[in-house]
Amino acid sequence: MQSNAKPAAAAADAPRPKRPPANRPQAAVVKRAVRKLAKEARKTALTAALIGLVTIFLFPIALTVTNSLMAESEIAINFFAISEDKSNASDPRIAGTYVHLKWIPDRVTIAQYYEVLVKKQQFLIMFWNSVRMVVPIIAGQLAVASLAAYAFALLRFPMREPLFFAYIVTMLMPFQVTLVPNFIVADKLGLLNTYSAIILPGVFGAFGVFLLRQFMMYIPYAYIEAARADGASHLHIFARIVLPMCKPGLAALAILVFVDSWNMIEQPLIFLHDAIKQPLSVYLSVISEGARGIAFAACAIYMAPTLLVMLYAEQHLIEGIQLSGIKG
Amino acid sequence: MNTFWQRIFPARRDRIGGAAGSEGKAQPPPRPGAARRRIRLRLGEGGTAALFLLPSLAGFAVFFLVPFGVGFYYSLVDSPIDGSFVGLRNYADLLANEVFRRAALHTLLFTAVSVPLNMALSLALAMLLNRNIYGRNWLRVGFLAPLVIPVASVVLVWQVMFDLNGTINGWLHRLGRAPQDWMESGAAFWVVVIVYLWKNVGYNMVLFLAGLQNIPPEYYEAASIDGAGKFRQWRTITLTYLTPTAFFVFIMSIIHSFKVFRETYMIAGEYPQERIYMLQHYMNNMFQSLDYQKLTSAAFLMAVVIVALVFVLFRVERSISKSIG
Repeated sequence: MQSNAKPAAAAADAPRPKRPPANRPQAAVVKRAVRKLAKEARKTALTAALIGLVTIFLFPIALTVTNSLMAESEIAINFFAISEDKSNASDPRIAGTYVHLKWIPDRVTIAQYYEVLVKKQQFLIMFWNSVRMVVPIIAGQLAVASLAAYAFALLRFPMREPLFFAYIVTMLMPFQVTLVPNFIVADKLGLLNTYSAIILPGVFGAFGVFLLRQFMMYIPYAYIEAARADGASHLHIFARIVLPMCKPGLAALAILVFVDSWNMIEQPLIFLHDAIKQPLSVYLSVISEGARGIAFAACAIYMAPTLLVMLYAEQHLIEGIQLSGIKG
Repeated sequence: MNTFWQRIFPARRDRIGGAAGSEGKAQPPPRPGAARRRIRLRLGEGGTAALFLLPSLAGFAVFFLVPFGVGFYYSLVDSPIDGSFVGLRNYADLLANEVFRRAALHTLLFTAVSVPLNMALSLALAMLLNRNIYGRNWLRVGFLAPLVIPVASVVLVWQVMFDLNGTINGWLHRLGRAPQDWMESGAAFWVVVIVYLWKNVGYNMVLFLAGLQNIPPEYYEAASIDGAGKFRQWRTITLTYLTPTAFFVFIMSIIHSFKVFRETYMIAGEYPQERIYMLQHYMNNMFQSLDYQKLTSAAFLMAVVIVALVFVLFRVERSISKSIG
């Protein structure tokens, strides 16, 4: 495809016909130009269609951000129709009205942000709670999982495969499956109502081991063999050869774990009794019911870290996801 | 081409050759001097592996294996405290329970509908993105973005869209159609399917895209010289060589299909419309009502089904990969 585009372009750039009997070559040039144009058109049309599709995918982000810049009163008018309490549904004022989706604020204001960040101290406390849970989970999972993945991918030991099968199976289980026993274990260890009850299971989740192992499988064994022959210890190989080669995998894992634990809802609700200890995810589910006027700004702040991290490390994330599943 | 399961459970010999050497050849040629070196290497390997695994394994045991064992034990006794052994009675009770049966059915139905849909859509999307287009990288990120949108934001937009007085009903109203109660009718099922697809299609698309880009273009060239049409090429080359990727995607899709519970729970609470009342709701509610017997036996049954599923997958993929060669 590429190869016939080039001569066509060259022919268009050089209009003077080299040979006098121009009839046939000219027809060919026109044909080529038409074909190129058609190809260009198809490419543009396909891109446009995909842009249309991606707009739907990004719609919630856009809605959250634009609405976060509206004043509380404007939100109240737009979303008046969604009443909190369903007994009002037959209220004639509500019955015929629907949510008014508005993209451009009448007046851009950061009042919502001011309210959320400055006036409501609770929000910042919850944000901090989330950070306090998520950061140790990411750090812990990266450390623990990369060590274990090294063993699974590059060392041989008895029971390796059955053990790994157990990891895969637990990775598939929904949280509710081990809910009760987990609760009892946490109770026995005295972890209830502490962040450890959430952080520790998060650190030891099987997903990290799985993802990183997939990644390490692609490291040519010859590297390890050569390093061993030079007398390097496994710890040295792990830290100096394998970890640097796994950077995209580690980045992808960090992002995926971050997103997952930033969104934890079931775990904090069950393991933490004190309202003040709850993370932002739980708190937000409460304010979106009560004060819709600030919910958009709260959500915007809440999703900013995950979106920024994703945009920042987008290449690593994609590469990490890809390498975990492909390459044969 | 390595298959998914071979990558997960490679034969020993494959492993030693490394991923680079395993393509197409069952046995990589032995390297001179390798055998001697390997023996020395193997001496401490079990011990080293134990050290590397220790942190993970300890935590894994405390927070996953032991709870699982304890859970199984609870499912066999009649009370968590000083209970006496009742054998499979909890299971019999559970299977006779109408609510459980419906929850299980709905979970099965949801997985059976949403996972294939997810795979088909993400494959289609990946194939479109794999064609000649502008700004592929940006589009790819755009489709992946829903993965990182937090639950709370999803719930907020969900309410705005699907509420009785929400935007969608507003549109219907403008078209002169009767508004629907999306979350309180059978439509709720499809709403959840859509949210699941919206959130997870991007992830699978990235996986498929990599799989597509990994198929050597020569295969297509050879096939078109042999006179194979586009569809035939797609069926015999694309689909066949995507099989390992597809298995991986399948597993991830199932994991993600369980995770949609979070959103459903946040929007519709503990007792949503029946068609979206899943096993997770059931277990969650059994936990709230302290019915540990029902919860643990339901959990164990679900685990058995998942293990069986993974096992069957494993078998199927092995036989398919054998036919690819």
